[in-house]
Amino acid sequence: MNTDRNARIGKLKWHCRRALLELDLVFARFWAREEADFDVQSEAVLTRLLELEDHDLWDLVSNKATTDDAESAAMIKRLQCI
Amino acid sequence: MNYSVRKFDAVIVGAGGAGLRAAIQLSEAGMKTAVLTKVFPTRSHTVAAQGGVAASLGNSEEDHWHWHMYDTVKGSDWLGDQDAIEFMVRNANECVIELEHYGMPFDRLDNGRIYQRPFGGHMSNFGEKPVRRSCAAADRTGHAMLHAMYQRNVKVNTQFFVEWQALDLVRDEAGEVLGVTAMDMETGEIVVFHAKATIFATGGAGRIYYSSTNAFINTGDGVGMAARAGIPLEDMEFWQFHPTGVAGAGVLITEGVRGEGGILRNAQGERFMERYAPNAKDLASRDVVSRAMVTEINEGRGCGPNKDFVLLDVTHLAPETILKRLPGIHEIAIQFAGVDCLKEPIPVVPTCHYQMGGIPTNYLGQVVVPQGDQKSVPVPGFYAAGECACASVHGANRLGTNSLLDLLVFGKSAGETAVKELKTGGRSHKPLPAAAIDKTLARVDRLNNQKDGADVHETRLAMQRTMQKHAGVFRFKDMLAEGVEKILAIDAQVAQTQIKDKSKVFNTARIEALELDNLIEVAKATIVSANARTESRGAHVRDDALDVPETPNGRDDKNWLKHSLWYREGNRLDYKSVQLKPMTVDTIELKKRAY
Repeated sequence: MNTDRNARIGKLKWHCRRALLELDLVFARFWAREEADFDVQSEAVLTRLLELEDHDLWDLVSNKATTDDAESAAMIKRLQCI
Repeated sequence: MNYSVRKFDAVIVGAGGAGLRAAIQLSEAGMKTAVLTKVFPTRSHTVAAQGGVAASLGNSEEDHWHWHMYDTVKGSDWLGDQDAIEFMVRNANECVIELEHYGMPFDRLDNGRIYQRPFGGHMSNFGEKPVRRSCAAADRTGHAMLHAMYQRNVKVNTQFFVEWQALDLVRDEAGEVLGVTAMDMETGEIVVFHAKATIFATGGAGRIYYSSTNAFINTGDGVGMAARAGIPLEDMEFWQFHPTGVAGAGVLITEGVRGEGGILRNAQGERFMERYAPNAKDLASRDVVSRAMVTEINEGRGCGPNKDFVLLDVTHLAPETILKRLPGIHEIAIQFAGVDCLKEPIPVVPTCHYQMGGIPTNYLGQVVVPQGDQKSVPVPGFYAAGECACASVHGANRLGTNSLLDLLVFGKSAGETAVKELKTGGRSHKPLPAAAIDKTLARVDRLNNQKDGADVHETRLAMQRTMQKHAGVFRFKDMLAEGVEKILAIDAQVAQTQIKDKSKVFNTARIEALELDNLIEVAKATIVSANARTESRGAHVRDDALDVPETPNGRDDKNWLKHSLWYREGNRLDYKSVQLKPMTVDTIELKKRAY
């Protein structure tokens, strides 16, 4: 079970390697803070966000754009935490 | 450890701009082509390129490839090979129009032609006045380019292996390249990609520095693999820096901030640029500002507990000016410096941006090495393009918008040359050399079984801090020599890195350790080459290179008008002459570089 979770988190973390340094830094901070308690529901929301193009994702994180999806908006807030 | 073998006509490592462009050429010619990439192709660092791609289309005003060539040679501080530069600028228009036909959504003029804008260093009539030469797609040029080329590759059946980490070049005893070894991140399986043609397009290695604008994926994998396979690395001392990256993060603060009135201050709050550039002050050129910042830090006037950054102050500007004219800066300062720039200054340092050197190639994209009396003999079956390669078109410094042009022209050229060699039957699947594959297996095995070894994160950080301090934007003789010793000591630690997590599926710790194996080769090549080159040229600026009539700007053409070649084996240097003879036109003669 734990091995499965590690593999899933490992894959998600790799998908957080992005084309833009700004996003790499945001995700590095995010995982350092949240990895231990990251739950399955959060995995699904983050997976959705990671499908976005890098510039679109950065626009959300840097408040240049917003999303109507409440779960995604909540995850963006978590990504913005310093 | 087991491995399997897959056969292709061609294997390309890297799916950024250069890799995708090379793949189009091969797949369109009917070659069975595999592209290996660590991340999904449209997540490659080419996405970050905003400025545009240079081509003398002349859509808005008169332009000519010869003028573009002059600007590029001058920008290179005459270290660029003039045959390769002529080849690049003469092929620019065709490559841009091909891209347009692939579906690239370039900005348009009212008459439907591609819109072009001016960019630093691009001039008309051999340096007379600025010219509009950059073709862009809003501020997402690199992103749009990757999408257009990825779609084209899907159409022509290029086979993508996404989330594969290339490990080593497979080179036989005769020196021929027969493919690469690679690891599937999803399973940990090791596969030999046995190919008649191998093209490296792995991008730059900006992560060797502590402060870098480069994304985390830019770990110089191809450059490291080439070095381990005995290929020398060319002109690795030349790195382009940007003066204002957020300290500790590297995210760029645009020059527009100083344009709007932002002021650089030291620990005493002094506007120090008044001493270095009394007229231009904070708006002096990039190199002057960077050098002044490093001097302040080195002389103990830096800020923070380690006195290792200066401050960019905009607190005297009206908040509405900052928020309206500098959109994004407020958010970047909060996110990455932890400061509200309306109330506090932003900590900044000169930040690494682009690698001018790399795997030596000619303008056909063939990797070339010294052999006997000849300095540039093609390595059979091996090609490289883009930032990992050194064609050499950027020489000692690169003009903006020439990087996207480089990857288009030389990605295509490498693919085209490989197709020609495959079609003429000059290449076959030669037997795989067991010894070369065993080396890869031993390297991975060593990492898996290392005990009491060095921590990967700490070792990488030590390398990055050493490179930043000892081989940064402004270089000092004693610091360089000391830095060489420190990097060699860190190299010994890299050989003993240890990972706690031994799992096979998406083990990011293992990938990061393997990436560090590549980064350290780039770091060694950089600092050893920089230590040896006792002149200043382009982006390589030394404190001890005097600006006197015999060596203007510290440039010593008598002794240093030559390319560096660093060999991993023996950590030694060789040199080869610069190709000053273009393909068809007269040589652009040496003169002092001034703008």
